[in-house]
This record gives sequence, C-alpha cells and structure tokens, in this order.
Amino acid sequence: MLQLINFAHSEIFVIGVFGVYFTFLALGFEPGAVPSLPIGGIIADLVLAGAVGMILAGVAAVLLERVAYRPLRRRNAPRLAFLITAIGASFVIQQLFRIFRGSNPEGTIRLLPPEPVFRVFGAPVTNLQIIIIVASIAMFFAADSFVNRTRLGRGVRAVAQDPATATLMGVNRERVIVLTFLLGGLLAGAAALFYLMTIPQGAVFNGGFLLGIKAFAAAVLGGIGNLRGALLGGLILGIAENYGQSLFGGDWRDVVAFVLLVGVLMFRPTGILGESLGKARV
Amino acid sequence: MVRRRFAAAGALVAAAALVLSGCANQGGGGAAQTSQAPAPAQPNNAALPAGNGQGKCAPGTSIAYVGTLAGQNAALGQAIANATELAVNQHNQANPGCQVTLVKSDSGGTPDTAVGPTQAVINNPAVLGIVGLPFSGESKAVGPALNAAGLVNITPSATNPGLTKNGWTNFFRGLGNDAVQGPAAAKWLKTKFNPQTVCVIKDDSDYGIGLATAVTQALGPAASCQGDVKTNQKEFSATVGQVQQANPQVIFYAGYYNEASPLIQQLRDAGVQTPFVAPDGVKDPEFVKNAGGAANGAYLTCPCVPQEGFTAFTQAYQQAYGTPPQTYSAEAYDAATILMSGIDKGINTRPALLQYVKTYTGQGLTKKFAWQPNGELTDTPVYVYRVDGSNIVTDSPIS
Repeated sequence: MLQLINFAHSEIFVIGVFGVYFTFLALGFEPGAVPSLPIGGIIADLVLAGAVGMILAGVAAVLLERVAYRPLRRRNAPRLAFLITAIGASFVIQQLFRIFRGSNPEGTIRLLPPEPVFRVFGAPVTNLQIIIIVASIAMFFAADSFVNRTRLGRGVRAVAQDPATATLMGVNRERVIVLTFLLGGLLAGAAALFYLMTIPQGAVFNGGFLLGIKAFAAAVLGGIGNLRGALLGGLILGIAENYGQSLFGGDWRDVVAFVLLVGVLMFRPTGILGESLGKARV
Repeated sequence: MVRRRFAAAGALVAAAALVLSGCANQGGGGAAQTSQAPAPAQPNNAALPAGNGQGKCAPGTSIAYVGTLAGQNAALGQAIANATELAVNQHNQANPGCQVTLVKSDSGGTPDTAVGPTQAVINNPAVLGIVGLPFSGESKAVGPALNAAGLVNITPSATNPGLTKNGWTNFFRGLGNDAVQGPAAAKWLKTKFNPQTVCVIKDDSDYGIGLATAVTQALGPAASCQGDVKTNQKEFSATVGQVQQANPQVIFYAGYYNEASPLIQQLRDAGVQTPFVAPDGVKDPEFVKNAGGAANGAYLTCPCVPQEGFTAFTQAYQQAYGTPPQTYSAEAYDAATILMSGIDKGINTRPALLQYVKTYTGQGLTKKFAWQPNGELTDTPVYVYRVDGSNIVTDSPIS
C-alpha cells in the first residue's frame, strides 16, 4: 500500500507462527498425540493462540517499522535502501530464532486433524480447508472494507498515492504508516495460525522464506498495492503451481508459476487488477 | 600386527568404558526392545579410540569435525559431531601423552555455506584429518579444496556415489554408498512387497537425486511413478494427489527428514496408507517427532549398522549427551578412531596421515575398514529399520 515492499514480512509471519506454537505449549499441549478435547475447547484454544500470534506479529511489525524503516524515512533515503534494511532485518530475526530454538522444526502440535467433509469432483474437502477458506474470506472483507471504507483507510490510500499532498491535507503520515504495519502484522499473525494448523511442522526459523517469496510473487501477479489483487494473485499462483506439478512433474512447479507471472506482467505490467483499480481510484 | 595391538587394547578399553558408564545403565540405551531383530554385538577385535594408551603426539594436534551443527537437518550432524567428540574424549582420557583437540566447524549443511568453514579448517595447520562432511552436496562442494590441501577426510554419512569418482585422493567413505543402498533397498522392497507399482519421490539434493536414480534403475518397470519435491517445501498436496492417482503399492522417498515428515503426514491425512520407505537421510528421531504419529510403520533403509549391540559405546554416548546415539554416530566414532590411531603412532603431518588411512586395515565397531584406491570400502552392510510408535527399531539386515 505504501509503495514499499516489506521483505521482512515473512519473518513477522514466523514470529506469529512461534507465538501460536508457544501458546499451544503454554496451554499444556504436548507435541505428538492429537488431544481429544470437546470441539468448543479446541476452538477456544485456537482463537486464543491466534490472538496471541496476531498481537505478537502486530507488535513485531510496528517495532520493525520503527527500527528498520523510520530512521531511513527521516533521512529521506532512496527507496532501494528500504529494501536492504528489510532484508537485513529479515536475516536478523531468522537467525535469532535459530539461536533461540535451534534449526530443527518444533515438534508437531495438532489440535484439529483434517477430516474430509465432502467431495468435489472426487477431491476431498476437509474441515480444515473449510475453516481456512471461510476465515480468509472474512479477513479479506475486513481488511478490504477497512482500507476502502473507513476514514483511516482513506488516509492509508492517500499516503500511498502521494505522501506529500496527503500530509498537506492533514493526514498524519507517520501514524498511517505505523497503522499499516500493525495491520499487516495482525493479518500475518492470523495467517500464522492457519498455516500451523495445516502444516504442523511449520514452526522453524527459516519457515517464512519460501512463503515470503511466494507471497511477493502473488502480490506482483495480482497488482502491488491492491488487496483484492493479492488475494486473486495468491489463488491463481497456487492453482497454477499445483496444476503445473500434476501436468509436467514436480520439477516444473516453479517454472509454471513464474512463466505465468512473466506472461501476465508482459501484458499487464501492473498486475492483473493493478491498472483497472488504479484508474478507478483516480 | 596393527590389528593384534588393537585387539588387546580394544578389550581393555571396552571394559574401562563399561565401568565408566556404569551409572547410565538404567536407561538401557533408551531403545525399545520390542520385536526387534538382534543387533550385532561389538566385534571383540574392534579398534577403539583409546588405543593402547601409549599414544604420543605434540600438544595441540587436532582433528576436525566439519558439518552441520545448527544448519539444515542439524540433528543428523549433531549425532556425528557428538560421537566424534566422545571418541576424542575417550582417547585423551586413555592417552596422557597425546591430547588431541577436536575442532568443530559448522558447515551449515548446504553446498553454499560449507566452503568458508571448510577453508578455515584447511588453514588451521594443527588439523591433520577431518571427520565429515556429513552430506553429499556439501562434500561435493568442498572436495576440490580439501583434495588440494591433501587433508584426509573420512565421511561417516555422505552416500552419493559420485563423490569417489572425482579423482580425489584424500576422500574416504566410512559406509556403503547409494549405489549400494539403492539396489539393496530395491531388492528388499521386491522381496518384502513384490510390488507392481512403486512411487519414487525425490528431493532436489545430490543425495536424493542420486539415490532415487539408483532405486529406480534397480526396480525397473515397477518404478512407474516419479515425484519431485523441493528442499524446505512443506506443502505437498500436488505430490499427494499424484500418489493418489498412481495408487502405488509402495512409496520410496529419497531425501531428508526435513521434508519427509510433513510429506508422510499429509499422505496419511489424505488417507494414503501405502507403505512408506525412506533412506538414511530420514532415519532420525526428528522424523518421528515431526510427523506427529504419521511415521508409525514407515521403513527406513540405511547403510548404517544397528548400534544397540555396541553397549559400551551406546552407554558412554547416552551418559555424555543424554540421548542414545543416532544414525551414523558409530560410523563417526570409527572414523575418529582411525584418524587418532594414526596420530598415536607419531604421525604429525597431513601427507603421512593420508597415507596411513589409505593403507589402513582394521575392524571397527560397525564393520571392517579397508579402502579401495577410490576411497570406497569393501565391506558395506545395509540394514532396514522400522518406525515403531515413537522409536526407530532395527527390522532386518539386507543380505
């Protein structure tokens, strides 16, 4: 949103993952066995873990902004410098986790094993997938209406479009930026919960790296600085990867995904939804 | 001559180690003893680190462990580093005239990170020999530099067959390679399951690719479905779909535990109950722990020898590190023993130690060590292990 790609966002996500994991541990769950709890208890625990993950990731994102971005902004650093500090911050967080927890993934804690609920064309749809899809759609609508309908959201968009003019119009630029980071962190924390539910081996220091690259690709595909585009881009990228692997074999998974990315950018340099919404906004 | 001296010393040290580790007995080595094939006992002429206690060497003389300590698939490296350290400590305790220093260097476990730490060891003139590197990819990356330095290195676990085909004169493999493990695994698969269809899934490491090729060739037309995964991949729905479609009788996964645990869990979640067979790179308690119950019943092939029978060693290890020795601990222990036996004889240069290892013949804990000119062993046993609950137990030797 802010004409700035936060390359350390994947590490914010990892902080969320560990937040969720440690909450599980603190709630008394042991790695390994699937606990037999009433469904209400599981939901309460998951919500609690998700909340902890969101808060931790949100706080971490705000701290990151203060440490890695604000000093540069004060000095009017070129945009490239932000990229470099982000990558630096990303390595620092990653290695801190490695020192803290070692490089083996944490033992798996799984509260809700996936159970097929119904089938679509023979492919089973599990309870976990339903929860995740419903939750991500809800989160998307929440974030989308925040950005597009609220006063604060308007501020975010204004700063993204033209920071100087926005400031002249009375938008508090610094506050908007912190708010954006907080929002990004909260969403990353929520994503961390769903990720750990799907991939219980996910709590590992370098677990965010690959996801960060994929997320970046999805955002570019959909249109940078566009929430709806990011959602669409992620969906298309994921489907392309999986079809690519089924059709051409696993070696071609990334090739298919990134050829698609190049192909789309050749015809729509701003991403699938980038241009059209950009115009609509003006 | 050499062998006789070691035999006498071996018995002595075995007794000493038993006494030393007496208080660790209650754990019984920690391994579950249910329905387990008998593991080989310690050969009574096995060379042990303590030697004859008469070793003499200059202060500061060092051997090095180079391999992952905190990086990728670290558990595999730690099992090797610990066993090497145990060997050095036992040696130093028994040989007041020769205190060998162990230099540990963390290679990070990947080809890109291994070069710097290895160069640091090469530049350390006190280091006469290396135990390592554990993985095939990194071994390939640092091989030329080690060879140029004439620094002898005995790998206790890198199994890619190509490593001994580079003309390196300093590289010795302390176990069977994948050209041995692959066909052995395929042979065992055939006798055990007599499968018409096998899915061979591999990761993108030198190790995984080499092993998958060996297994696929040995299986012939039965290896009808191929899957690929990437290092650090954690989400395998496409591979799971592929397996579901092929509906094989057996799955062979060539790779490391890091990817194997989520893979087997996602396979089992999707209702795929096909027997899962994986090689030595997966044979680690981390695999069982991270797969969260899904690993139960998986078979693991390994050119490593079961260690439960080496009670003096397992108890000393248990006492020192609080866990039973893991995959390739005993092989590393043997490798360190061989290097230090040369140092005890007064060898104090790299070329002399290299020559010593080249012509070395002797029984170790795990097998008889005598290398062919290319650095491969002549005696290379392969075993099958099985995940039983939360333990990895010995299933059977492949003969």
